[in-house]
Amino acid sequence: MNEWERVLRVLSDPAVHRAVWVQTGQHIYLSVVPVLAATLVAVPLGIVLTRARRLAEPVMNLVGVLQTLPSLALLAFMIPLLGIGRLPAMAALFLYALLPILRNTYTGLRAVDPALIEAGRGMGMTSWQLLFLVELPLAFRVIMSGIRVATVLIIGWATLAAYVGAGGLGDLILTGFATVSAGHIIAGGVPVTLLAILADWALGRLERAVTPRGIRV
Amino acid sequence: MIRFEEVTKEYPDGTRAVKNLNLEIRKGEFVCLIGPSGCGKTTTLKMVNRLVEPTRGTIYVDGQDIMKVDPVQLRRRIGYVIQQIGLFPHMTIEENITLVPRLLGWDKERCRRRVEELLPLVGLDPDQYRHRYPRELSGGQQQRVGVLRALAAEPDLILMDEPFGALDPITREALQDELKKLQSKLHKTILFVTHDMDEALKLADRIVLMKDGEVVQDGSPEDLLRHPANDFVAAFIGRERMAAAVGATPVEELMIRRPVTAGPNKGLAEAVQLMRQKRVDSVVVVDEENRLLGVVTAREIQQHRDRARTLGEIMSGEPACVEVGAPVTEALQRMFVERLDHLPVVDRERRLVGLITRTTLVDLLSREGWPNGSTGGSSQGVSA
Repeated sequence: MNEWERVLRVLSDPAVHRAVWVQTGQHIYLSVVPVLAATLVAVPLGIVLTRARRLAEPVMNLVGVLQTLPSLALLAFMIPLLGIGRLPAMAALFLYALLPILRNTYTGLRAVDPALIEAGRGMGMTSWQLLFLVELPLAFRVIMSGIRVATVLIIGWATLAAYVGAGGLGDLILTGFATVSAGHIIAGGVPVTLLAILADWALGRLERAVTPRGIRV
Repeated sequence: MIRFEEVTKEYPDGTRAVKNLNLEIRKGEFVCLIGPSGCGKTTTLKMVNRLVEPTRGTIYVDGQDIMKVDPVQLRRRIGYVIQQIGLFPHMTIEENITLVPRLLGWDKERCRRRVEELLPLVGLDPDQYRHRYPRELSGGQQQRVGVLRALAAEPDLILMDEPFGALDPITREALQDELKKLQSKLHKTILFVTHDMDEALKLADRIVLMKDGEVVQDGSPEDLLRHPANDFVAAFIGRERMAAAVGATPVEELMIRRPVTAGPNKGLAEAVQLMRQKRVDSVVVVDEENRLLGVVTAREIQQHRDRARTLGEIMSGEPACVEVGAPVTEALQRMFVERLDHLPVVDRERRLVGLITRTTLVDLLSREGWPNGSTGGSSQGVSA
């Protein structure tokens, strides 16, 4: 039996099919929840940082350090804190997702033309109105691209979650490694790639759909 | 409308942008704040809507101390136009214009009607433009909308911070003309910052020239041109403009106000007597309602003394004249081209109001480009 036949056998195995579906579901869950949570934290935090610029530098650095930690190390680090399973995996992925979103929120808001902010203030907008009617809409594209980057990143890294028993398509890939089965690696790897591409495309469409015509590029 | 009392703005680094400013702007006035960059004009403007807050002193808008008013409420009743135009790119023209009305809680229908009222004021068709985005408009159109946006909530007071500074000269001039036209219709109180003297002269009822945070001169465009307070003002205005302004002086400022007149039935001898008495060499012939009939000079009387009896018989049929309001240069040109010694000035009903003579030219020369030159308009005595 040559390598190709082994691969084909694995790929046509109904048990593997089932595993792909189940794990894709888990994978989506493992990725979406941390990205959503990171968005909910990073966007407001980014807004706060534009109001308290002295804090921006240290906070950004701190979040940057989290980003530089090797992902496996971070996952391993979560185990004594949160045990094994989904929770530590999602916590680690959440920390990873923070930086791109935070950075884009901050720079996106900073990049809003000061003249527009002055115009808004001069016309009598409160700072909340300024934020929601002017700053956020204008920074929206940049923030959104931060979320996109984070999503693609997290979908990739979520494969590592299998190491701490969180499930996801990483399981298939790990099985492939353990049994030297290219079929399993493909069965796990291809859906992950497709998920990432699909997420990027879908978020891109969403971004276009909600960007007002006046600032579309 | 606005009153600055002993207003000083000091920045934390110690620079004093505005020093002890006292200034009052009356309702309906179009006041230009002008001066070199760093003179404090923009700071002065921004203190009115509290984008900048004074260090000392009090500013009153409509009699209210603005530091005791909620800045947001204050700003909503003051129109604001900035140099960078500042239209929100993610909002349509309609949304931009109705921004303040919407903040004030106007309903949709009222906002829509307001847009339909406003856009035609600057020659934009509401149906064509209301749903466009700012970037789909030219720079000039954008700033027209910028001005409308300031007018939208019907504020009495409008602040304009070099609104036309970023536009090309042709567009700028067109917008200045439109603003002038708008103002003659709307009679808003406008505080307008510029560093362009031509713009100030063209638009302002009153010019406040600033330097180093202090007012150097405060007066009508005429005042500044005719009587610059010092060399700085004169240099800032520029000799050419002052000379040009003198040329544009309306005839009534230089004319002789009470020229010697006589009815057409006056006898020649009598007329000569009158001219000798007043020491002039001509009389203006008018009817009972002071309507201009002609001019008769002493020489003409001499020539016709044998054949005529009254002034009416010898005066020339259609006398040359100018109307009130014509620039003095035009009058002088006509006198030169048509070889006239005298040019009567009349009102719309051809009633005589004055007389331009060659001595007028001397008056004009004495003013030309000279700071603190002759005060003009007071030439007495030497009549026709």
